[in-house]
Order: sequence, then structure tokens, then C-alpha cells
Amino acid sequence: MKKKKDGRWAIQSLAALATNSHLIGFFGEKINIYKGSLKSACVPGLNCYSCPGAIGSCPVGSLQAVIAGRKHNFSFYVLGTLALFGMLLGRAICGFLCLFGFIQDLLYKIPTPKIKVPQRVDKCLRYLKYLVLAVLVVLLPIVLTNNFGMGAPTFCKWLCPAGTLEGGVPLIASDEGLRSRIGFLFYWKAAVLALVLLASVLIQRPFCKYLCPLGAFYGFFSKAGLWRMRLDEAQCTGCGLCEKKCPMGVAVRQDINVPECIRCGACKKACPTGAIRTTYGFRDQAPAPSQPDLPRMKGTTT
Amino acid sequence: MKHAATTRVLILVAAAAFVVIGVMRGEVGEVLKKSIRVCLECIGIG
Repeated sequence: MKKKKDGRWAIQSLAALATNSHLIGFFGEKINIYKGSLKSACVPGLNCYSCPGAIGSCPVGSLQAVIAGRKHNFSFYVLGTLALFGMLLGRAICGFLCLFGFIQDLLYKIPTPKIKVPQRVDKCLRYLKYLVLAVLVVLLPIVLTNNFGMGAPTFCKWLCPAGTLEGGVPLIASDEGLRSRIGFLFYWKAAVLALVLLASVLIQRPFCKYLCPLGAFYGFFSKAGLWRMRLDEAQCTGCGLCEKKCPMGVAVRQDINVPECIRCGACKKACPTGAIRTTYGFRDQAPAPSQPDLPRMKGTTT
Repeated sequence: MKHAATTRVLILVAAAAFVVIGVMRGEVGEVLKKSIRVCLECIGIG
């Protein structure tokens, strides 16, 4: 059978380049970051604004920057932007536009024996990203403040491997002043980064599955968002190929539009009968008229 | 089905309203101020 092409890699490459198109930041006399007004807008994926190539702001960093400040404990601007992204694209952002997701996809291509995380462990670990979102991104930046009423971007500071990789590595490698200030925090973040990168070689998208607060947020829009998946049960033979190919381990036949689905289309590509489709729009599609009720799909595509 | 479509429209309108309120409160400036400087916490310096 001829292999279907989906062009996802091309989109991921273009998106990575588009959000990091300040290339002079990497190759100038001294490595430095972009300081233009485009940075007042958030990009959809996890992309550190201290990356020398970044032309937009990381939404997770921006959210913490506003709520950790003295003026506001809530960011209408960033949350509104994230909700717009969530409604229009949802976790397709993870599958197509996020640079760190793309890096994990590339690492998983390295031919090594792969690890299958036991189902029970996997299920528990998936809740971690909601904890990261609630505690590290929202709660601690508001609650832990200094004498001036300023909080810290706790997620960026203690966990985010994207910041270490995209911002930390190039900036510290090129700046003697920054290198001289390296301490425990940098070693901690480097260890987190190393662990995530190593895990990405062995497990498909471990950071997206278990730790990413942005993925957790976009997951809230998996059913309400405009971009949804649809499984036509009349055409489904139950072969399970879709579930075997899903990089996020979604039980496609149980419920296709779960928060874990990154809309990568691997299931659609694998389906031999074309039972899986992508839909985009405000209205849910009605089931085929000849079909009786589809209870498992209730609330998703009917 | 109609209900779902209405909900989607409402969420989108609310999200857009949030962005407008955020802009009016000056949050854009706060985001810009943070993002045009090297974030020392992000890169692991402090």
C-alpha cells in the first residue's frame, strides 16, 4: 500500500523557523535576543522568549510575567490569547506548531529500543501536567512574592527545558558574563533538560504527555474547539491500527477527542478504511442517517 | 448540535473580549517589558 504523506514535518519546520526568524540573533557579532514590538504578541507554542531567534513571546512565560507582577493577579490578555488559540487550533498547536514538540518528534526518530510506559503509571503521570499548570504556572508566581510584591516565573525557573535549550544554551555559550554566574539553578535546569531529551529518545513526546502546562491548557478545548476528529463507527473495522500508531496513546475507538489528542493525524493516516476524519467548524457533524445511535461518540461528533 | 455551536461562538467572543480587556489594562506592555530582556530565570541563571 502506498504510504500517505501528511506534510506535518514541513509545517513543523516552517513553524519553528517562523517563530524563530530573528536569525541574526544567533549569528551576529554577539548572540542577543530580538527586542522589537512583535514580542508583545504571544506565539501559540512553547517557545522561550530568551531564544536568540524568537520574535514572539512564550505564552507560559508571559502569563507568569503578568501575574507575578505587582499590578495584576490575573492576565486577561494572555488567557484570552490562549483561549483563542485553544478554540481555533487546540492541541493541533502541539502537533504542528510547537518547537519543543517538534524537537521531541525528531529525537524519537533516533533508532534505539523504545520504552512502553505501563498503562497505570502512564495514566497517573498524565495528571502531572495539570499540577504543573495549577501550581508552578499559576499559584506560586502569585503567592511567593518578595518584599516588593513581585513573584517569580516558577515554571520557567525550575522546570521549563525549552528555556534552557533555546535560550540558556546559546546565550550562556556565547556570553562570558553569563557563564560566570552559573550556579545550582543552571545545573538543575540542565539536568531536567538532559532527562527530558533522553526520555524523548525512548518515549514518544514525554514532555507533552506528562509535564507541559500549555498542552494541559489546550487540552481543555479538545471537545469545544473548532478542530476536531471524527470516527465513523460504521466504517471502523476495529483493527486497532489507529491506536497503535497514536504517538499520544489515545484510545481512539473509545473517545477520539480527548485532551491528549494532538491532532497529528497519525490515526487518520493509519486507518485502512478511512473511518477517521478531521472536521473544522462550529457545528458538530451529524452521524450518517442510516446509522443508529453511536453512544461512544456522544458529545463529540454528534 | 445548535447548542454546541452557540457555546463555541460564546467562548470565542469571551476570549476576544479578554484580549481587549487585557490590552486596555496595559498587560501588553508588561509582556513586552519582560520578553525583550533576557529572562535570567528561564535560562537558569537566577
